[in-house]
Amino acid sequence: MNPGMAMPVPVLLSLLAAFALTIVPLPGAISPARPEWVLLVLIYWGMAFPRRVGILVAFVSGLFLDVLQHQLLGQNALALAAAMFIVLQIYPRMRVYPLWQQAVVVAFLVGLTRFLNIWVQGAIGFPPGSSLYWIPILTSALLWPVVYHILRDARRRWLLHLT
Amino acid sequence: MVLIALALMALDHRFHQLQTLRSVLATVAYPLQLAVDAPIRVGSRILDSFSRHEQLVLENRLLRSDLMELRARQLRFDALQAENDRLRALLHTSAQATERVEITKLLAVDLDPFRQQIVINKGRLDGVYPGQPLINADGVIGQILTPNWTSSTALLISDPGHALPVIVARTGLRALAVGSGNPRRLNLRHVPPQEDIEEGDLLLTSGLGGRFPPDYPVARIVSVEHLPGQPFLVIAAEPLAALDRSREALLLWTDAPEAQPGVEERPDGPE
Repeated sequence: MNPGMAMPVPVLLSLLAAFALTIVPLPGAISPARPEWVLLVLIYWGMAFPRRVGILVAFVSGLFLDVLQHQLLGQNALALAAAMFIVLQIYPRMRVYPLWQQAVVVAFLVGLTRFLNIWVQGAIGFPPGSSLYWIPILTSALLWPVVYHILRDARRRWLLHLT
Repeated sequence: MVLIALALMALDHRFHQLQTLRSVLATVAYPLQLAVDAPIRVGSRILDSFSRHEQLVLENRLLRSDLMELRARQLRFDALQAENDRLRALLHTSAQATERVEITKLLAVDLDPFRQQIVINKGRLDGVYPGQPLINADGVIGQILTPNWTSSTALLISDPGHALPVIVARTGLRALAVGSGNPRRLNLRHVPPQEDIEEGDLLLTSGLGGRFPPDYPVARIVSVEHLPGQPFLVIAAEPLAALDRSREALLLWTDAPEAQPGVEERPDGPE
Protein backbone atom coordinates (compact mmCIF):
# COMPACT_ATOMS: atom_id res chain seq x y z
CA MET A 1 0.00 0.00 0.00
CA ASN A 2 1.32 3.36 -0.93
CA PRO A 3 -0.47 5.87 1.28
CA GLY A 4 0.38 8.77 -1.04
CA MET A 5 -1.82 7.46 -3.81
CA ALA A 6 -5.53 8.12 -3.69
CA MET A 7 -7.97 5.40 -4.62
CA PRO A 8 -8.87 5.66 -8.33
CA VAL A 9 -12.47 6.64 -9.03
CA PRO A 10 -13.47 3.44 -10.88
CA VAL A 11 -12.33 1.34 -7.93
CA LEU A 12 -14.58 3.21 -5.54
CA LEU A 13 -17.53 3.26 -7.92
CA SER A 14 -17.27 -0.43 -8.72
CA LEU A 15 -17.01 -1.32 -5.04
CA LEU A 16 -20.10 0.77 -4.34
CA ALA A 17 -21.95 -1.00 -7.15
CA ALA A 18 -20.81 -4.35 -5.76
CA PHE A 19 -22.19 -3.48 -2.33
CA ALA A 20 -25.49 -2.41 -3.88
CA LEU A 21 -25.71 -5.63 -5.90
CA THR A 22 -25.04 -7.58 -2.73
CA ILE A 23 -28.17 -6.27 -1.03
CA VAL A 24 -30.50 -5.92 -4.02
CA PRO A 25 -33.45 -8.20 -3.30
CA LEU A 26 -33.58 -11.24 -5.52
CA PRO A 27 -36.49 -13.65 -5.85
CA GLY A 28 -36.31 -16.25 -3.12
CA ALA A 29 -35.40 -19.16 -5.34
CA ILE A 30 -32.24 -17.63 -6.80
CA SER A 31 -31.26 -15.55 -3.81
CA PRO A 32 -28.82 -18.15 -2.42
CA ALA A 33 -27.04 -18.16 -5.79
CA ARG A 34 -26.05 -14.50 -5.55
CA PRO A 35 -22.40 -14.19 -6.63
CA GLU A 36 -19.88 -12.66 -4.27
CA TRP A 37 -19.80 -9.33 -6.06
CA VAL A 38 -17.52 -7.55 -3.63
CA LEU A 39 -14.93 -10.30 -3.78
CA LEU A 40 -15.04 -10.40 -7.60
CA VAL A 41 -14.44 -6.66 -7.80
CA LEU A 42 -11.69 -6.83 -5.20
CA ILE A 43 -9.95 -9.65 -7.07
CA TYR A 44 -9.90 -7.65 -10.28
CA TRP A 45 -8.51 -4.50 -8.70
CA GLY A 46 -6.07 -6.51 -6.63
CA MET A 47 -4.76 -7.94 -9.89
CA ALA A 48 -4.70 -4.57 -11.61
CA PHE A 49 -3.36 -2.34 -8.83
CA PRO A 50 -1.76 -4.62 -6.26
CA ARG A 51 0.01 -1.66 -4.66
CA ARG A 52 -3.13 0.35 -4.08
CA VAL A 53 -5.86 -2.20 -3.57
CA GLY A 54 -4.44 -4.44 -0.93
CA ILE A 55 -5.33 -6.25 2.20
CA LEU A 56 -6.42 -3.11 4.04
CA VAL A 57 -8.98 -2.24 1.35
CA ALA A 58 -10.26 -5.81 1.43
CA PHE A 59 -10.48 -5.70 5.22
CA VAL A 60 -12.46 -2.44 5.30
CA SER A 61 -14.78 -3.65 2.53
CA GLY A 62 -15.32 -6.80 4.55
CA LEU A 63 -16.26 -4.80 7.64
CA PHE A 64 -18.75 -2.82 5.60
CA LEU A 65 -20.16 -6.04 4.19
CA ASP A 66 -20.53 -7.43 7.70
CA VAL A 67 -22.64 -4.46 8.69
CA LEU A 68 -24.71 -4.59 5.49
CA GLN A 69 -25.46 -8.28 5.94
CA HIS A 70 -25.62 -8.03 9.70
CA GLN A 71 -23.06 -10.67 10.40
CA LEU A 72 -20.46 -10.84 13.09
CA LEU A 73 -18.16 -7.84 12.70
CA GLY A 74 -14.90 -9.06 11.20
CA GLN A 75 -16.23 -12.23 9.63
CA ASN A 76 -16.21 -11.07 6.03
CA ALA A 77 -13.26 -8.82 6.79
CA LEU A 78 -11.20 -11.88 7.69
CA ALA A 79 -12.35 -13.83 4.65
CA LEU A 80 -11.80 -11.02 2.15
CA ALA A 81 -8.42 -10.11 3.61
CA ALA A 82 -7.32 -13.74 3.35
CA ALA A 83 -8.51 -13.95 -0.27
CA MET A 84 -6.74 -10.69 -1.07
CA PHE A 85 -3.54 -11.97 0.49
CA ILE A 86 -3.59 -14.87 -1.97
CA VAL A 87 -4.39 -12.56 -4.88
CA LEU A 88 -1.37 -10.44 -3.99
CA GLN A 89 0.83 -13.53 -4.00
CA ILE A 90 -0.25 -14.79 -7.41
CA TYR A 91 -1.30 -11.69 -9.38
CA PRO A 92 1.61 -11.80 -11.88
CA ARG A 93 0.58 -15.30 -12.86
CA MET A 94 -3.14 -14.54 -12.85
CA ARG A 95 -2.68 -11.66 -15.29
CA VAL A 96 -1.40 -13.98 -18.02
CA TYR A 97 -3.92 -16.76 -17.43
CA PRO A 98 -6.70 -17.15 -19.98
CA LEU A 99 -10.09 -16.12 -18.65
CA TRP A 100 -11.36 -19.62 -17.92
CA GLN A 101 -8.28 -20.36 -15.89
CA GLN A 102 -8.75 -17.13 -13.96
CA ALA A 103 -12.32 -18.24 -13.32
CA VAL A 104 -11.01 -21.43 -11.74
CA VAL A 105 -8.80 -19.39 -9.41
CA VAL A 106 -11.79 -17.16 -8.64
CA ALA A 107 -13.87 -20.20 -7.79
CA PHE A 108 -11.11 -21.32 -5.45
CA LEU A 109 -10.99 -17.91 -3.76
CA VAL A 110 -14.77 -17.72 -3.39
CA GLY A 111 -14.71 -21.20 -1.93
CA LEU A 112 -12.06 -20.09 0.53
CA THR A 113 -14.12 -17.10 1.74
CA ARG A 114 -17.26 -19.22 1.96
CA PHE A 115 -15.32 -21.76 3.96
CA LEU A 116 -13.96 -19.15 6.38
CA ASN A 117 -17.46 -17.71 6.75
CA ILE A 118 -19.13 -21.03 7.47
CA TRP A 119 -16.36 -21.82 9.91
CA VAL A 120 -17.01 -18.65 11.88
CA GLN A 121 -20.78 -19.13 11.73
CA GLY A 122 -20.37 -22.69 12.91
CA ALA A 123 -18.21 -21.48 15.78
CA ILE A 124 -20.94 -19.13 17.00
CA GLY A 125 -23.66 -21.70 16.48
CA PHE A 126 -25.55 -20.71 13.33
CA PRO A 127 -24.16 -22.76 10.47
CA PRO A 128 -26.29 -22.47 7.30
CA GLY A 129 -27.71 -25.92 7.09
CA SER A 130 -28.11 -26.18 3.36
CA SER A 131 -25.77 -27.25 0.58
CA LEU A 132 -27.12 -24.26 -1.40
CA TYR A 133 -24.55 -22.32 0.60
CA TRP A 134 -21.86 -23.39 -1.88
CA ILE A 135 -23.69 -22.36 -5.08
CA PRO A 136 -22.08 -18.86 -5.21
CA ILE A 137 -18.75 -20.56 -5.97
CA LEU A 138 -20.21 -21.65 -9.30
CA THR A 139 -22.13 -18.46 -10.11
CA SER A 140 -19.19 -16.25 -9.17
CA ALA A 141 -16.85 -18.19 -11.44
CA LEU A 142 -19.38 -18.08 -14.29
CA LEU A 143 -19.80 -14.32 -13.94
CA TRP A 144 -16.09 -13.64 -13.63
CA PRO A 145 -15.58 -13.01 -17.40
CA VAL A 146 -18.38 -10.43 -17.35
CA VAL A 147 -16.97 -8.63 -14.33
CA TYR A 148 -13.50 -8.82 -15.84
CA HIS A 149 -14.55 -7.18 -19.11
CA ILE A 150 -16.62 -4.45 -17.47
CA LEU A 151 -13.88 -3.50 -15.04
CA ARG A 152 -11.15 -3.67 -17.69
CA ASP A 153 -13.13 -1.36 -19.96
CA ALA A 154 -13.68 1.00 -17.06
CA ARG A 155 -9.99 0.98 -16.28
CA ARG A 156 -9.07 1.73 -19.89
CA ARG A 157 -11.61 4.49 -20.16
CA TRP A 158 -10.06 6.18 -17.14
CA LEU A 159 -6.65 5.59 -18.76
CA LEU A 160 -5.26 3.80 -15.77
CA HIS A 161 -2.34 1.54 -16.48
CA LEU A 162 -1.55 -1.62 -14.66
CA THR A 163 0.83 -0.92 -11.87
CA MET B 1 -5.11 -8.31 10.00
CA VAL B 2 -6.15 -11.82 10.88
CA LEU B 3 -5.59 -11.08 14.53
CA ILE B 4 -7.60 -7.87 14.31
CA ALA B 5 -10.43 -9.72 12.58
CA LEU B 6 -10.45 -12.48 15.16
CA ALA B 7 -10.35 -9.95 17.99
CA LEU B 8 -13.23 -8.01 16.44
CA MET B 9 -15.32 -11.14 16.10
CA ALA B 10 -14.61 -12.21 19.65
CA LEU B 11 -15.50 -8.78 20.99
CA ASP B 12 -18.67 -8.61 18.95
CA HIS B 13 -19.85 -12.07 19.84
CA ARG B 14 -18.91 -12.30 23.50
CA PHE B 15 -19.15 -8.80 24.84
CA HIS B 16 -21.30 -6.79 22.42
CA GLN B 17 -18.79 -3.97 22.75
CA LEU B 18 -18.92 -2.90 19.16
CA GLN B 19 -22.36 -1.34 19.01
CA THR B 20 -20.88 2.10 18.34
CA LEU B 21 -18.62 0.93 15.53
CA ARG B 22 -21.50 -1.03 14.04
CA SER B 23 -23.81 1.94 14.34
CA VAL B 24 -21.33 4.26 12.65
CA LEU B 25 -20.76 1.84 9.78
CA ALA B 26 -24.48 1.17 9.54
CA THR B 27 -25.18 4.89 9.29
CA VAL B 28 -22.75 5.03 6.39
CA ALA B 29 -24.49 2.02 4.88
CA TYR B 30 -27.98 3.46 5.27
CA PRO B 31 -27.91 5.73 2.17
CA LEU B 32 -26.82 2.73 0.13
CA GLN B 33 -29.70 0.68 1.48
CA LEU B 34 -32.08 3.53 0.72
CA ALA B 35 -30.67 3.82 -2.80
CA VAL B 36 -31.29 0.12 -3.41
CA ASP B 37 -34.73 0.35 -1.88
CA ALA B 38 -35.83 3.49 -3.75
CA PRO B 39 -36.31 2.14 -7.30
CA ILE B 40 -38.38 -0.74 -5.98
CA ARG B 41 -40.53 1.60 -3.93
CA VAL B 42 -40.98 3.99 -6.86
CA GLY B 43 -41.87 1.04 -9.06
CA SER B 44 -44.65 -0.09 -6.78
CA ARG B 45 -45.90 3.50 -6.47
CA ILE B 46 -46.08 3.78 -10.27
CA LEU B 47 -48.00 0.53 -10.38
CA ASP B 48 -50.34 1.99 -7.76
CA SER B 49 -50.97 5.12 -9.77
CA PHE B 50 -51.81 3.08 -12.85
CA SER B 51 -54.26 0.81 -11.10
CA ARG B 52 -57.76 1.19 -12.40
CA HIS B 53 -60.32 3.55 -10.98
CA GLU B 54 -62.97 0.92 -10.29
CA GLN B 55 -60.39 -1.16 -8.51
CA LEU B 56 -59.57 1.73 -6.23
CA VAL B 57 -63.22 2.41 -5.55
CA LEU B 58 -63.76 -1.23 -4.73
CA GLU B 59 -60.75 -1.28 -2.45
CA ASN B 60 -61.89 1.92 -0.79
CA ARG B 61 -65.32 0.46 -0.14
CA LEU B 62 -63.81 -2.67 1.35
CA LEU B 63 -61.55 -0.64 3.60
CA ARG B 64 -64.49 1.48 4.70
CA SER B 65 -66.53 -1.52 5.71
CA ASP B 66 -63.52 -2.97 7.49
CA LEU B 67 -63.05 0.29 9.33
CA MET B 68 -66.71 0.37 10.38
CA GLU B 69 -66.50 -3.13 11.71
CA LEU B 70 -63.27 -2.48 13.57
CA ARG B 71 -64.66 0.74 15.07
CA ALA B 72 -67.69 -1.11 16.31
CA ARG B 73 -65.44 -3.68 17.91
CA GLN B 74 -63.26 -0.98 19.36
CA LEU B 75 -66.33 0.46 21.15
CA ARG B 76 -66.80 -2.79 22.99
CA PHE B 77 -63.07 -3.14 23.51
CA ASP B 78 -62.81 0.19 25.34
CA ALA B 79 -65.65 -0.76 27.63
CA LEU B 80 -64.14 -4.18 28.28
CA GLN B 81 -60.75 -2.65 28.92
CA ALA B 82 -62.24 -0.31 31.52
CA GLU B 83 -64.08 -3.17 33.13
CA ASN B 84 -60.95 -5.31 33.12
CA ASP B 85 -58.93 -2.54 34.78
CA ARG B 86 -61.62 -2.11 37.42
CA LEU B 87 -61.73 -5.82 38.17
CA ARG B 88 -57.98 -6.02 38.31
CA ALA B 89 -57.94 -3.09 40.72
CA LEU B 90 -60.47 -4.95 42.87
CA LEU B 91 -58.23 -8.01 42.84
CA HIS B 92 -55.16 -5.88 43.58
CA THR B 93 -53.26 -7.33 40.68
CA SER B 94 -51.00 -5.21 38.52
CA ALA B 95 -52.64 -3.29 35.75
CA GLN B 96 -51.94 -4.50 32.27
CA ALA B 97 -49.17 -2.82 30.38
CA THR B 98 -50.25 0.02 28.15
CA GLU B 99 -49.04 -0.21 24.61
CA ARG B 100 -48.09 2.16 21.87
CA VAL B 101 -47.45 1.25 18.25
CA GLU B 102 -45.74 3.00 15.41
CA ILE B 103 -45.68 2.03 11.74
CA THR B 104 -42.31 1.32 10.22
CA LYS B 105 -41.33 0.42 6.69
CA LEU B 106 -39.24 -2.56 5.75
CA LEU B 107 -36.38 -1.71 3.43
CA ALA B 108 -36.22 -3.95 0.39
CA VAL B 109 -32.69 -5.16 0.93
CA ASP B 110 -31.46 -8.70 1.20
CA LEU B 111 -29.32 -9.80 4.07
CA ASP B 112 -27.69 -13.17 4.45
CA PRO B 113 -30.10 -15.57 2.68
CA PHE B 114 -29.55 -18.19 5.37
CA ARG B 115 -30.65 -15.96 8.23
CA GLN B 116 -34.13 -14.53 8.59
CA GLN B 117 -33.45 -10.87 9.21
CA ILE B 118 -34.91 -7.62 7.96
CA VAL B 119 -34.00 -3.93 7.98
CA ILE B 120 -36.53 -1.31 9.06
CA ASN B 121 -36.38 2.44 8.66
CA LYS B 122 -36.63 3.41 12.32
CA GLY B 123 -33.69 3.55 14.65
CA ARG B 124 -32.49 4.63 18.03
CA LEU B 125 -33.47 8.23 17.24
CA ASP B 126 -37.09 7.05 17.14
CA GLY B 127 -36.75 5.26 20.45
CA VAL B 128 -36.19 1.75 19.14
CA TYR B 129 -34.50 -0.53 21.65
CA PRO B 130 -32.99 -4.03 21.39
CA GLY B 131 -35.48 -6.81 21.91
CA GLN B 132 -38.41 -4.61 20.96
CA PRO B 133 -41.34 -6.62 19.54
CA LEU B 134 -42.27 -6.16 15.91
CA ILE B 135 -45.78 -7.11 14.81
CA ASN B 136 -48.11 -6.52 11.90
CA ALA B 137 -51.85 -6.67 11.50
CA ASP B 138 -51.84 -10.48 11.42
CA GLY B 139 -49.45 -11.39 14.18
CA VAL B 140 -45.96 -11.29 15.58
CA ILE B 141 -43.11 -10.78 13.11
CA GLY B 142 -39.97 -10.66 15.18
CA GLN B 143 -37.88 -8.54 17.46
CA ILE B 144 -35.26 -5.84 17.09
CA LEU B 145 -31.73 -7.17 17.05
CA THR B 146 -29.60 -4.05 16.68
CA PRO B 147 -30.96 -0.53 16.60
CA ASN B 148 -28.74 1.87 14.66
CA TRP B 149 -29.29 5.61 14.49
CA THR B 150 -31.80 5.71 11.69
CA SER B 151 -32.41 2.08 10.84
CA SER B 152 -32.51 -1.18 12.72
CA THR B 153 -31.98 -4.83 12.03
CA ALA B 154 -34.68 -7.16 13.24
CA LEU B 155 -34.71 -10.91 13.70
CA LEU B 156 -37.79 -12.70 12.37
CA ILE B 157 -39.47 -15.36 14.46
CA SER B 158 -38.61 -17.85 11.69
CA ASP B 159 -34.84 -17.45 12.18
CA PRO B 160 -33.27 -20.67 13.41
CA GLY B 161 -31.75 -18.72 16.29
CA HIS B 162 -35.08 -17.37 17.50
CA ALA B 163 -37.32 -19.01 20.07
CA LEU B 164 -40.62 -17.55 21.18
CA PRO B 165 -42.54 -18.66 24.27
CA VAL B 166 -46.13 -19.34 23.21
CA ILE B 167 -49.30 -20.82 24.62
CA VAL B 168 -51.94 -22.78 22.79
CA ALA B 169 -55.03 -20.57 22.88
CA ARG B 170 -57.45 -23.49 23.26
CA THR B 171 -55.80 -25.32 26.13
CA GLY B 172 -53.28 -22.93 27.65
CA LEU B 173 -50.47 -25.39 27.00
CA ARG B 174 -47.08 -23.64 27.08
CA ALA B 175 -44.50 -24.34 24.40
CA LEU B 176 -41.50 -22.88 22.65
CA ALA B 177 -41.84 -21.90 18.98
CA VAL B 178 -38.42 -22.14 17.37
CA GLY B 179 -37.70 -20.75 13.91
CA SER B 180 -36.77 -23.15 11.15
CA GLY B 181 -35.11 -20.89 8.60
CA ASN B 182 -38.22 -21.17 6.43
CA PRO B 183 -40.47 -18.10 6.70
CA ARG B 184 -43.61 -20.25 6.57
CA ARG B 185 -42.65 -22.68 9.27
CA LEU B 186 -42.08 -22.71 13.01
CA ASN B 187 -41.33 -25.79 15.06
CA LEU B 188 -42.75 -26.44 18.50
CA ARG B 189 -40.22 -28.07 20.74
CA HIS B 190 -40.53 -30.30 23.76
CA VAL B 191 -44.23 -31.10 23.73
CA PRO B 192 -44.79 -34.58 25.17
CA PRO B 193 -47.05 -36.94 23.18
CA GLN B 194 -49.82 -37.05 25.80
CA GLU B 195 -50.56 -33.32 25.51
CA ASP B 196 -53.78 -32.14 23.93
CA ILE B 197 -52.73 -30.28 20.81
CA GLU B 198 -54.12 -30.60 17.33
CA GLU B 199 -54.03 -29.21 13.85
CA GLY B 200 -55.55 -25.74 13.55
CA ASP B 201 -54.79 -24.67 17.11
CA LEU B 202 -53.92 -21.01 17.48
CA LEU B 203 -50.68 -20.04 19.20
CA LEU B 204 -50.46 -16.81 21.19
CA THR B 205 -47.45 -15.18 22.79
CA SER B 206 -47.32 -16.16 26.43
CA GLY B 207 -45.39 -13.15 27.66
CA LEU B 208 -43.16 -15.43 29.68
CA GLY B 209 -39.95 -14.36 28.00
CA GLY B 210 -40.56 -10.83 29.19
CA ARG B 211 -40.00 -9.40 25.73
CA PHE B 212 -43.30 -9.89 23.99
CA PRO B 213 -46.51 -8.79 25.63
CA PRO B 214 -48.92 -11.70 26.15
CA ASP B 215 -51.81 -12.70 23.89
CA TYR B 216 -50.58 -11.62 20.49
CA PRO B 217 -51.36 -14.20 17.79
CA VAL B 218 -48.28 -15.92 16.43
CA ALA B 219 -49.04 -18.98 14.35
CA ARG B 220 -51.45 -21.80 13.62
CA ILE B 221 -50.54 -25.47 13.97
CA VAL B 222 -50.40 -27.19 10.59
CA SER B 223 -49.25 -30.65 11.54
CA VAL B 224 -48.82 -32.76 14.64
CA GLU B 225 -46.89 -35.96 14.29
CA HIS B 226 -45.90 -38.59 16.75
CA LEU B 227 -42.92 -40.62 15.66
CA PRO B 228 -42.74 -43.79 17.71
CA GLY B 229 -39.54 -43.80 19.69
CA GLN B 230 -39.28 -40.04 19.87
CA PRO B 231 -39.88 -38.54 23.32
CA PHE B 232 -41.63 -35.42 21.95
CA LEU B 233 -44.17 -34.62 19.29
CA VAL B 234 -43.02 -33.17 15.98
CA ILE B 235 -45.20 -30.09 15.57
CA ALA B 236 -45.09 -27.61 12.73
CA ALA B 237 -46.87 -24.26 12.77
CA GLU B 238 -47.32 -21.60 10.14
CA PRO B 239 -46.85 -17.96 11.20
CA LEU B 240 -49.99 -15.87 10.77
CA ALA B 241 -48.05 -12.87 9.53
CA ALA B 242 -46.66 -13.26 6.02
CA LEU B 243 -43.04 -12.88 7.09
CA ASP B 244 -41.63 -12.88 3.59
CA ARG B 245 -44.21 -10.60 1.98
CA SER B 246 -44.94 -7.68 4.24
CA ARG B 247 -43.55 -4.23 3.49
CA GLU B 248 -44.76 -2.62 6.68
CA ALA B 249 -44.59 -3.55 10.31
CA LEU B 250 -45.63 -2.11 13.65
CA LEU B 251 -43.14 -1.39 16.38
CA LEU B 252 -44.59 -2.02 19.80
CA TRP B 253 -43.67 -0.08 22.90
CA THR B 254 -44.93 -1.55 26.10
CA ASP B 255 -44.84 0.72 29.10
CA ALA B 256 -44.82 -1.84 31.83
CA PRO B 257 -46.48 -0.45 34.97
CA GLU B 258 -43.71 -1.75 37.19
CA ALA B 259 -40.15 -1.63 35.95
CA GLN B 260 -38.26 -4.89 35.88
CA PRO B 261 -34.78 -4.13 37.12
CA GLY B 262 -31.98 -6.56 36.45
CA VAL B 263 -33.37 -7.83 33.18
CA GLU B 264 -30.25 -8.21 31.14
CA GLU B 265 -30.83 -7.42 27.48
CA ARG B 266 -28.78 -9.62 25.23
CA PRO B 267 -29.54 -8.58 21.69
CA ASP B 268 -28.31 -11.81 20.11
CA GLY B 269 -29.64 -14.24 22.60
CA PRO B 270 -32.77 -16.16 21.80
CA GLU B 271 -35.60 -15.42 24.14
